Amino acid sequence: MPTTTAPPVMALRFYRYCWLHYRRNWKGTIVISVANPLLFLIAIGAGLGTLVGSDLAALGGVSYLAFFAPGMLAAASMQNGMIESAFPVSYHRMPGRAYPVAVATPLEPVDVLNGHALFMAVKVAIGAASFCAVMFAFGVATSPLAALVLPAAALTGFAFAMPVTAWAVTLPDVRPVQTLFKWVVMPLYLFSGTFFATTQLPEAAQHLVALTPLWHGVELCRTLTLGTATWAGSLTHTAYLSAMALAGYLIARRNFRRHLHP
Amino acid sequence: MSDVIAQATGLVKTYPPRDKRSTPFTAVNGIDFDLHRGEAFGFLGPNGAGKSSTMRMIACVSPPTAGTLRVLGMDPAVDGRRIRARLGVVPQDDALDTELSVRENLLIYGRYFGLSTQHIDDQATRLLDFAQLSEKAGERVEALSGGMRRRLTIARSLINEPELLLLDEPTTGLDPQARHVLWDRLFRLKQQGVTLVLTTHYMDEAEQLCDRLVVMDGGRIVAQGSPAALIAAHATREVLELRFGIGEQAAALDKLRQAVAGDRIEELPDRLLWYTAEGDAALAAAHTLGLTPVTALVRRSSLEDVFLALTGRTLVD
Repeated sequence: MPTTTAPPVMALRFYRYCWLHYRRNWKGTIVISVANPLLFLIAIGAGLGTLVGSDLAALGGVSYLAFFAPGMLAAASMQNGMIESAFPVSYHRMPGRAYPVAVATPLEPVDVLNGHALFMAVKVAIGAASFCAVMFAFGVATSPLAALVLPAAALTGFAFAMPVTAWAVTLPDVRPVQTLFKWVVMPLYLFSGTFFATTQLPEAAQHLVALTPLWHGVELCRTLTLGTATWAGSLTHTAYLSAMALAGYLIARRNFRRHLHP
Repeated sequence: MSDVIAQATGLVKTYPPRDKRSTPFTAVNGIDFDLHRGEAFGFLGPNGAGKSSTMRMIACVSPPTAGTLRVLGMDPAVDGRRIRARLGVVPQDDALDTELSVRENLLIYGRYFGLSTQHIDDQATRLLDFAQLSEKAGERVEALSGGMRRRLTIARSLINEPELLLLDEPTTGLDPQARHVLWDRLFRLKQQGVTLVLTTHYMDEAEQLCDRLVVMDGGRIVAQGSPAALIAAHATREVLELRFGIGEQAAALDKLRQAVAGDRIEELPDRLLWYTAEGDAALAAAHTLGLTPVTALVRRSSLEDVFLALTGRTLVD
């Protein structure tokens, strides 16, 4: 006779499903989540970057590669957080897919959310770790604080994953997800200080950029990597990203219940 | 048989509006039922009658809007987890992971119930044998036919040895042969003492499988009883089906209605149904009236006729 158990155990049951499913599907995302960011790092950071004079004031007195790499790490992590949430959640929530199946068993919608969120966090962390390994191999990190850049990047990705999860579970199909990538991910990617210092933007635009979540992720990762982090700055960035993750998670809890046990 | 396994009183399900322009939709509008342990119980009705919404409430995946519901003696609003642990669910759309193998689908599902891998393995071997899928154990689900997938879904639903098995339109979309194989499997389960609850819009399925059933229409129960009792109460012993040449049906209907006072005659787009105790005698009477139908068929009444009598519509449009 099966027994019902504590919620964390229930969440792990769905987490294990995610891995089994991923084992059959990893080829679909490995290129965009791991290979692409590394190619960008090499082509732009180490390639194009050599055309940019080093020690430019705007870059904070470091090489373009050293400036670009942590920014790229944050941007790639954001993208991974979105890839791990938007497509799978809107896919699994449809009739006949994994979510409705799981919530017809002893699992509650919140168990499914917790299990999948854990999987997203682990996937985002793995993506960030592989990027960090290459980044460190290039000798970019100049400070012991750089050890903190992995959790910082993972937090950045997770902060995006949670609100997107909350949204994706309400979608009737995956089409809006493509719109998200075109109109939200792309502009953030380009204008959040990944490729160039935002101090080069007009002042009004700088204020605007400072409100966007990716800018906080980029600043956090960059200052930690280059050893220029301040307590005030790092705590602000971390608080911003944590609040975003938490708010997204809480809305997701409500939305999962409403849409999976309607 | 008197042991009640699920019970509903005044059960209502209203869905909130999808967007600002639409209005709330009441799918189930105050129904009562008792399901008894060991029986096969059917919800019969056309699409949109409220059958699936009712099933979802019994399955504890959709909270009732009003009324009381008890499943296995518990309240779904409080004990959803515990109830679902003892249910088996066969959804209409199979809901299998087509990229995983047959056995992996069972493994995943068994884990959701907290079963050990060893236990699931043993169960899987037994259930795949029951579902006649032992040879397909290692294959990906996407390679399976529709009938095989449905049998796998039934096998999966049995992994936790449920006391109550819920089947939503179990044979919709299957070819006749696959339907008969499935009915055979369901009949065996019933004999093993599993309580079956199914929705269907096929009257032959309801007649084959159900001890008792309710007929639903527009969110309400319009009749209930055993298939035989429903037919006895709402239809005659026999039905004479008459088809006429193009344009001749209306005139024939007028003539019959004038000549035959006591019997009910229904008009469908392509034929007339004459409800009568003696079909052959009715046919002779039609010939006497000078009617020359293209085809004439005498058959026993079915649940389809019950539904037509109750709602004025056919089950499958």
